[in-house]
Amino acid sequence: MLVLEARATQSATAAWLSPLLAMVLTALTGAVIFLAMGKTPGIALYIYFVEPLTSWSGLSEVAVKAGPLILIGIGLSLGFRAGVWNIGAEGQFIAGALLGSAPAVYFYDSVNPLILPAMLAMGVLGGMGWAAIPAFLKTRFNANEILVSLMLVYVAELLLVHLVQGPWRNPQGWGFPGTRMFPDVALLPMLFPGYRVHLGTLIAMAVPLLAWFVLTKSRFGFQVQVFGSAPLAARHAGINNHRMVWTTLLISGGLAGLAGVMEAASTIGQLMPKISPGYGFTAIIVAFLGRLHPVGVALAGTAIAVTYIGGEGAQISAGLPKAVTGLFQGIILFYLLAFDLLTRYRLVRIRRGERAA
Amino acid sequence: MELLIASIMTMMTAATPLVFAATGELVSEKSGVLNLGVEGMMLIGAVFGFAAVTLTGTPLAGLLVGSLSGLLAALIFAVLTLTLLSNQVATGLALTIFGTGLSALVGLDYVGETIVQIRAVHLPVLSDLPIVGRLLFGHDPLVYLAIVILGLSGWFLKHTRWGMILRAVGDSDGSAHAIGYPVIAIRYAAVAFGGAMAGLGGAYLSLVYTPLWAENMTAGRGWIALALVVFASWRPSRVLLGAILFGGITILQLNAQAAGFGIPGAFMSMLPYIATIVVLVLISRDPIRIRLNAPACLGRPFRAER
Repeated sequence: MLVLEARATQSATAAWLSPLLAMVLTALTGAVIFLAMGKTPGIALYIYFVEPLTSWSGLSEVAVKAGPLILIGIGLSLGFRAGVWNIGAEGQFIAGALLGSAPAVYFYDSVNPLILPAMLAMGVLGGMGWAAIPAFLKTRFNANEILVSLMLVYVAELLLVHLVQGPWRNPQGWGFPGTRMFPDVALLPMLFPGYRVHLGTLIAMAVPLLAWFVLTKSRFGFQVQVFGSAPLAARHAGINNHRMVWTTLLISGGLAGLAGVMEAASTIGQLMPKISPGYGFTAIIVAFLGRLHPVGVALAGTAIAVTYIGGEGAQISAGLPKAVTGLFQGIILFYLLAFDLLTRYRLVRIRRGERAA
Repeated sequence: MELLIASIMTMMTAATPLVFAATGELVSEKSGVLNLGVEGMMLIGAVFGFAAVTLTGTPLAGLLVGSLSGLLAALIFAVLTLTLLSNQVATGLALTIFGTGLSALVGLDYVGETIVQIRAVHLPVLSDLPIVGRLLFGHDPLVYLAIVILGLSGWFLKHTRWGMILRAVGDSDGSAHAIGYPVIAIRYAAVAFGGAMAGLGGAYLSLVYTPLWAENMTAGRGWIALALVVFASWRPSRVLLGAILFGGITILQLNAQAAGFGIPGAFMSMLPYIATIVVLVLISRDPIRIRLNAPACLGRPFRAER
């Protein structure tokens, strides 16, 4: 019979193989779902997973969507490594977009190019500020950061709706909820004429490199690694629990806030009642799928972005509902978690009557 | 007076889905398993329950299908965390993401549909008594069912042999296993019960509370149910208190919005979420209380060594 035997060290091969296996099995499961919905699986799968990569505009759209996912995913992966569960990145994304957009909303006829860096900085601060709430309540009152950060997502969403319907609503907008369009100086410059890839996409691509450097070369990176794998040892080594909660929450909140303001100041160009297709939650999947490793997160963010764009394409050309994308995201994480068993255990065959050592 | 009675009645309907979901999660956590997928299981229960009523025309079928679908969703979680030893926090999040996606997809055909409603009970004489008649005997049957299930769960955990075994499994899985209790099987059962209750709570939302299906209609109630378990310090009697408290806040803010005190509606709508945070802070700042009451093995995977 087959039994599980704990591995002495985690298998590196299995660690990289399981996300790939998870993606393949998700695609196969997708084929079954498409079949059940009366679509031709081959065509649907092609639209979802391949078509976005076959044209320059498709690639540009994938990069635009991957940006926020990677930014948020990098921040979350730092926290998850250290055992700090920030799952309210969606709220920090919105908070960053709100505070970061304030200059563009109030100085809507500005021509001062300094407005953009100011907005980006305020976006980071907005995300940090929103993440500081669970950090404070966790370190001061021991309140569970999962629940607090998640509750704040709903609060941020309601705040956004209130602002774009009330005080920040475009007076020339025929009563539709939404701010004025941002002035040109408050928009991130596009990189190529005719495509939506913008400066923010480049910034998002640079962050994984920075994170990789911090993780492997800095004292803080070392502390994060130790803290996550051996909390007790970390405490003996003098790594401060509270400081770890604060740092990881502020970094992940700041990156989510940056993603938020960059989304508002690029593809959207204003604030609307809904500015995120669930980036903050999808980034949780990106972080896990990327093995909490910066390079992995960059790859996973791109892969998930393909399914977002594929989902939009499938909606238009094959009449497939957008909700399928969300279902895929849940399934891929299930498969990944299942395969993770193989990074920590190996299957060994033993004969009847014999005991595994 | 009439307004007060009506408010109390709706408060109970707002509390009922929370009672269902929190009772299930409490039993699951007592066995040592933290399932963060409550929100997802509620959404699954809500959409499948709604679909079942639309197709069959019988509310009872909706409730059964709702709880059964929640149970099946919980079993996915159980296989991953209990058999395949995956991280409970990550798997619970995955279940919520999965449930959100699945329910949105299944629910596409049901947006805007109306259904046969479950009517309030009416007992001759008793329900017609002034004031107390409606307050005590005029709710819909599920309000009573939720309270009965909560009471039975409390009794089961405290006074029955298997209830004590379940708590032992949650407090010291190693010893329970050494004595010869089937740790994994008991946890499977507890997680399945949690799923069925979350599904029932979700079905209550789409069949009785609203009653219609809308994408993401649980609006965080699954997470509030999780917070309620902490608020209750894992004691069933306090789940009811907490749920009524949250039901009260929900109704209060709805009434206040209707009355229009000049406070923007969005800020009033934030109240249940902010209240959840405040309550968590108040309860959690006493670490000894948490440590005394929380199941010691909560969230830890268990694998029998031979």
